[in-house]
Amino acid sequence: MQTSGGMTVAVIGSAIVAVGVVVAPFYVDLFQIMQLTVFAAMAVLALSLGFIWGYGGILCFGQTCFFGLGAYAYAVSAINFGDSTPAILLAILVPVVFAALLGYFMIYGGISDVYLGVITLTVSLILFNLVNSTAGDFYKIGDARLGGFNGMPGVPTFNLPGNPGYVLSPEEAWTVTGLALIAVYLGLRVLIASSFGRIIIAIRENETRAALLGYDPRIYKLVTFMIGGAIAGFAGALYVNWGAFVSPTIFALGLSAQIIIWVLIGGRGTLIGPVIGCLLMQWMVTEIGAQQALDANFILGAILVVFVLLVPKGIAPTLRELALTRMHHFKSGTAKTGVKVKT
Amino acid sequence: MDIAIIVGLDVVSGIASLVLISAGLAVIFGMMKIINLAHGEFLMLGAYATVLSVSAGVNIWVAMLVIAPVFVGLVGVIVERCLIRFLYGRLVDTMLATWGLSLMIVGGTTMIFGNTIVGVASPLGGFTVGAYQSSLYTPFLALMAILLMTSVWAVMRYTRVGLIARAVMQNPDMAATLGVNPTRVYMATFGAGAAMSGLAGGLLAPVAGVVPTMGAAYIAKAFITVVGGGTSILWGLITASGLFGFINQIAAFLTTPVFGEVILFIAAVGLIRMLPTGISGRFFKGRL
Repeated sequence: MQTSGGMTVAVIGSAIVAVGVVVAPFYVDLFQIMQLTVFAAMAVLALSLGFIWGYGGILCFGQTCFFGLGAYAYAVSAINFGDSTPAILLAILVPVVFAALLGYFMIYGGISDVYLGVITLTVSLILFNLVNSTAGDFYKIGDARLGGFNGMPGVPTFNLPGNPGYVLSPEEAWTVTGLALIAVYLGLRVLIASSFGRIIIAIRENETRAALLGYDPRIYKLVTFMIGGAIAGFAGALYVNWGAFVSPTIFALGLSAQIIIWVLIGGRGTLIGPVIGCLLMQWMVTEIGAQQALDANFILGAILVVFVLLVPKGIAPTLRELALTRMHHFKSGTAKTGVKVKT
Repeated sequence: MDIAIIVGLDVVSGIASLVLISAGLAVIFGMMKIINLAHGEFLMLGAYATVLSVSAGVNIWVAMLVIAPVFVGLVGVIVERCLIRFLYGRLVDTMLATWGLSLMIVGGTTMIFGNTIVGVASPLGGFTVGAYQSSLYTPFLALMAILLMTSVWAVMRYTRVGLIARAVMQNPDMAATLGVNPTRVYMATFGAGAAMSGLAGGLLAPVAGVVPTMGAAYIAKAFITVVGGGTSILWGLITASGLFGFINQIAAFLTTPVFGEVILFIAAVGLIRMLPTGISGRFFKGRL
């Protein structure tokens, strides 16, 4: 489906967005820059699930596990080291190890999609309870107190690599987060275009056939799952860098559902879809938070139900199909009279 | 000696509550092969129905044992008619839709009743074992679990409804060719599963804090039990509840309740690695 032409568009589009990211602080006020920063961090998280669900066919209901583990790993090691560079690496490493262990038991056990969804959801529930119960002096790693329900305030934010004295300003943090989002997006595009990407898509389409062609689906799925964990953990570090704070709500069920909603409404099997879905929903949740009459959970649930019933493919693929049929009509001149064709 | 009796009671209570909170989920999973992610919210609705009925002056036993299951059963039928039936054959989409439903119910309940804890007093007193005190409600819950399992077994084994249900469970296509309408069976199943969840919610109301988000406290254990038990409703549920309830309570006694849950989960994931279709998929294949 994705052609090399699509890749050119992606690179040019990313370059334009990257320029926008760099110049944004000169035109947008600080409050909105902070908003955009957290949106971009969440969009990285959306990409992680968009990759493993949309391309790997792994239905992970608990992507917050890796996000949260990454966030806590970053917070604990940033407090202990006082330097963000090794902390970011650990924020990627810890979720990868966890994904490898969990993925080994699930994927090599050969369990069905339904079981996999339920087990990943259960892990996030249990991690939430576990981290919630870590209040008190007993639960600390080095100098970092886990803080239980209250979370960990005052986490050091990103600094220049090798120079812990130079802490990034909010504008610089935005630039880093925005460029990181673009880098993850392009990296995944390249990965999907590679032979590894083609194999995992083949496995998603027909696992038995891929196995008969000599590819062991289990190892490919496990590696996909681990890459998803790595990206989600990285998103966790970006998130903590935004707020200098992490609390157990990062593992909460509401966020797990939101990630699923981002990918679902944006569109499975695309990378731009989850990013669009994430930005759209983040903006909407912020707007809902500003009023009192309607509960955000209620709206999110309704959106999820409506999309599953009416737009199961999501926005991006539906729009693309629409555009393609319109274009087809326009080219072949079969557009019915009375139907306006946008040119 | 006394401590042994108390721990033993804890284990019995752990197993009984696992049976109760998982039964509705297990029935829906066994028959329709989907996991109802709004299960926790069905429990919550049962608890709310009980609390509201009691505060409206209804006898607590009637509220727990009649009103809660009937109300949530009706909710289940409505949900099946308005939502689930459009998604048959799309397992993953069904789960996503029930997740959306779960968020909607939590959000809706919060909008109506607010995010405050309500509750009812436990209707039974306590008793003493040596130096320890325990509530009579614990043996009552165990009794209810046994009653529930026995009635499920009796209905499945001896009635025409049970015969049809077993036929659809084993092979829906074959049952359909023999004149059974699977759609109606699924509707009834969803209603029955929801009613069982409502009953469990009603029974939990006196011992739990009733809030819109209370479902989340139970679903982790219920999911593990049903996934570990596999698709056989009765044997899967009983063996998984027995095994996991024992592990959970002993681990909770030795460490903390939260670590008990973590150890339970690790045990369950290990079990899934060895028995990917659950205990009943390996040992009770095709049984009830």
